[in-house]
Amino acid sequence: MDGYIIGTIIKAILILAIISALAGFGTYLERKVLAFMQRRLGPMHVGPYGLLQILADGIKLFTKEDFIPSHANRLIFMIAPAITAATAFIALAAVPLLPEFTIFGVKVRPIVADLNIGILFVLGMMAAGLYGPLLAGLAQHNKWGLLGAARTAVQFLSYEVVTGLAILAPIMMVGSLSLIDFNNYQTGGIGSWLIWKQPLAFILFMIAGYAETNRTPFDLLEHEAEVVSGYATEYSGMRWGMFFIGEYTNMITIGFLASLVFLGGFNPWGFIPGGLAIILKVSFLFFLMLWIRAAWPHVRPDQLMWLCWKVLMPLAVINVTLTGLVMMV
Amino acid sequence: MSLEQFKNRNVGTQNYVMLDLGKEPANNWEKFKQVVRRSVKLELFTGLKVTFREMIKALFMGEMHTVKYPFEKLPIAPRYRAIHEMKRLLESGHYRCIGCGLCEKICIANCIRMDTRYDENQRKEVSEYTINFGRCIFCGYCAEVCPELAIVHGGRYEVSSEQRASFALFEDMLTPIDKLTEQKEYPGFGAVSPDADKKIKKTPLAY
Ligand code: SF4
Ligand code: SF4
Repeated sequence: MDGYIIGTIIKAILILAIISALAGFGTYLERKVLAFMQRRLGPMHVGPYGLLQILADGIKLFTKEDFIPSHANRLIFMIAPAITAATAFIALAAVPLLPEFTIFGVKVRPIVADLNIGILFVLGMMAAGLYGPLLAGLAQHNKWGLLGAARTAVQFLSYEVVTGLAILAPIMMVGSLSLIDFNNYQTGGIGSWLIWKQPLAFILFMIAGYAETNRTPFDLLEHEAEVVSGYATEYSGMRWGMFFIGEYTNMITIGFLASLVFLGGFNPWGFIPGGLAIILKVSFLFFLMLWIRAAWPHVRPDQLMWLCWKVLMPLAVINVTLTGLVMMV
Repeated sequence: MSLEQFKNRNVGTQNYVMLDLGKEPANNWEKFKQVVRRSVKLELFTGLKVTFREMIKALFMGEMHTVKYPFEKLPIAPRYRAIHEMKRLLESGHYRCIGCGLCEKICIANCIRMDTRYDENQRKEVSEYTINFGRCIFCGYCAEVCPELAIVHGGRYEVSSEQRASFALFEDMLTPIDKLTEQKEYPGFGAVSPDADKKIKKTPLAY
């Protein structure tokens, strides 16, 4: 039992360290990919190919003044970024990141907690993460922040519905809420991936995922041209950085979820071992987010609501109904 | 495309081409059909294709646009109007300015200050000449009006400095005497046109 606790703590710390480093690296990748797609060079001067830019940014964020505007609700203003960052990492706890492997004769399962309701936990945590932007916007005594918070409410609340309904159909087929069961369901090579049986659910889940992670085309929360910086207007320094670590961690989580639920998870893929396979899949999904950011315009809030409630939700319901009918027959 | 098209500034008389945007959807059913048509035609993926193509071009086909500015500089046009230069006569090395004061007179920003006096040979000499670059609007009138091609515009456009007086003194603008052979003529305002020789006619002596 002691070994279990110590192992869990080590795993938690490792995941926290690696994923937050990856989230920082994600900002570098995003800047590079966006730059290349616009035929620019991106960060170039700090370190080889600008690789140490993250470090420079980190130093800058840490040493910046921690500013709290007057009239702001100090307590809520201070804890709001922590909510975003913490929930993003807590959500990762129930996600199996890699297949099992043995190191020093110890069998390691790279998942902090194999909950039997894993997927529900992850989605719930990500939904709880919306309190971050919401409270931040409300607490800062700034009209742009308030608008950002209002947009948070409409966007996240509506897309939560689509995420849930979209993922319901795969859950019905697998018959479990554990992400490891999802993975084991798709052991039979590419042909057994759930994306072939549930293409519509996959598309809906991706769209909702983009809305949940606040990515283009649904980056209404902090769209500079309209609401300055939305919920993050008054934030500076590391508090602002925490929102971003949260956002990038959420992107990674969505990447893992989509790979595990729809794209065969960490099952070996031909000659590629399982661990590498899932890293490749998540990398591709991450790249897709950057790619879409470079290519697509973002939508208006009313278009977003229209898309969500009048198109995606009916489609999701139809999908669930059809899946149910097919499973009954 | 001819130059005429650009010279025509009478806005509204040109032939604008209206883009064919199709019919506006009139009711909800048509709106819905438009969405379906657009989604099924995969118009969004064309956008993805274009950005990806640009990335490949930039990375592997040498079409990166970035100019690493302080290390690389774009060539500027020969008629570019940056910080002024005062030229010298090639033969004697004396400055060309004859102290006529035309540039001071025409300057619309009123930023040229000059003074002249007689030197020991009873010739006019420029005793003081400054341009206040805080006020200069780089219009080029001074270069155009100068009868001696003495004041011209140069290509120095990086003009941040700690002193207001930087760049502004006669000595700063004058071609250094040891660089006289490298002195280049300015092809911009007021310069002699390349075919000037052909245009000159002999003045008849008899009336
Ligand atoms: S460029 Fe124009 S404003 Fe500047 S000194 Fe010459 S005449 Fe004056
Ligand atoms: S117009 Fe030319 S010659 Fe006359 S004072 Fe100015 S610089 Fe000198």
